[in-house]
Amino acid sequence: MISDSTKAIADSLHTAQSTGSEDTGWILHHILDSKYILGLFPSPEIHLFGIDLTITNHVVFMWIAAAILIVLLNKVSRSYKKSLVPKGITNVVEILIVFVRDEIARPTIGKGHEKFLPYLLTTFFFILTCNFLGLVPGSATATSNISVTASLAILSFLVTQAGGIMHNGFGGYFRGLIPHGVPAWLLPIMAVVELLGLFTKPFALAVRLFANMTAGHIVIYALIGLIFILKTYFVAPVSIAFALFIYLLEILVALIQAYIFTMLSSLFIGMAVHQEH
Amino acid sequence: MANPLIAFAVSSGESSGGLLDVNPGLIVWTGITFLLLLYMLFKMAWKPILNSLNEREQSIKDSLEKADKAREEAQKIFEENKSDLAKAEAEARKIIAQGREYSEKIKEQMLTESKQQAQKMIDEAKAEIDRKNQEALNKLKEQVVSLAVNASEKIIRESLDKEKHGKIVEKYLEDLSKN
Repeated sequence: MISDSTKAIADSLHTAQSTGSEDTGWILHHILDSKYILGLFPSPEIHLFGIDLTITNHVVFMWIAAAILIVLLNKVSRSYKKSLVPKGITNVVEILIVFVRDEIARPTIGKGHEKFLPYLLTTFFFILTCNFLGLVPGSATATSNISVTASLAILSFLVTQAGGIMHNGFGGYFRGLIPHGVPAWLLPIMAVVELLGLFTKPFALAVRLFANMTAGHIVIYALIGLIFILKTYFVAPVSIAFALFIYLLEILVALIQAYIFTMLSSLFIGMAVHQEH
Repeated sequence: MANPLIAFAVSSGESSGGLLDVNPGLIVWTGITFLLLLYMLFKMAWKPILNSLNEREQSIKDSLEKADKAREEAQKIFEENKSDLAKAEAEARKIIAQGREYSEKIKEQMLTESKQQAQKMIDEAKAEIDRKNQEALNKLKEQVVSLAVNASEKIIRESLDKEKHGKIVEKYLEDLSKN
């Protein structure tokens, strides 16, 4: 087994050396997180409680996204103090806020959706901003990192459980997880299945966002890489046209994934809060 | 197992590992960043923005309701006015009809009255004329009588001469003696 794996590495190294620039490592280099901020200067190593807390490139881009959101939404918030009639950038942001409220939170959670609205709005705007930041040339996509999406999914999981427990009580919530009318002998199995179901939801959330945001970037890099692998200028127009198409698709994906993550979180919260459905 | 993905990842030679490697530090940082962002946005943005949106929606709803109510009221007033107008018109028509009837009556009354009066005046005038006529006639009679008497007197006085009358008397006397 070990020899197989080493053989594979050796093979890939061999082909990389023999064909010069056909090594695909550079694609991952652009997609993976690194301890070089913006690829320029190294960030100081921070280790606390046995965890590597070094501020990586993706952390910096999350902070950039957070800063953009704080500045933008502060401006929007202040514009409402002047007049209730929106104008300019307030219009755009308001459309998104009202969309999250009326199309995501209200239909899925229903009564009491106001309590979860700040969380859902923050999730939506944060993921959206991170996704869009990833489309800026030279930047990094924080949401294409499984750790970041896992963290967001864990938060969604915690909010869902907290919402369910607060609304139905601790015992009531966990009893309500098992659907009504299940035969007694099935209860142990159902309990395990439902408990697993609780954890598969955030897992799916994390993987979906991560995979969607990573895939587009890999495809763009691969298409551009074709020019260098085939070593001909003739493939360049085709490559660039396709890469541009994927890039435009990525804009759509950035929006859709932010929507889906928020929508599913909201759906799970709704299911936890109103278990009778 | 020679997992191609792992081989792929390892061959990249990145210190942070493969595509699916989970970095606990990044999870912590994401959590901290997200929670701080959530807190700040909640205080700074979501609360005031959502309040403003609700306030605006409420005010729009109120305005619409108010407009609806005002429209209904206007409709009611309009209908009231219409019925009032119709009533007033009917009243006016009635008053006009009454007036016309009254005037007709008065006209007729005045006409008969005046006719009667005229008749009376004519009758009076006729009686007066009759009376005056009679009076004049009587006067004329008297005058004629006196004139006749005077004239006959004069005539008689003129024609009575001695010889003529003597003859008449003689003749008369003769007649008498004959008989």
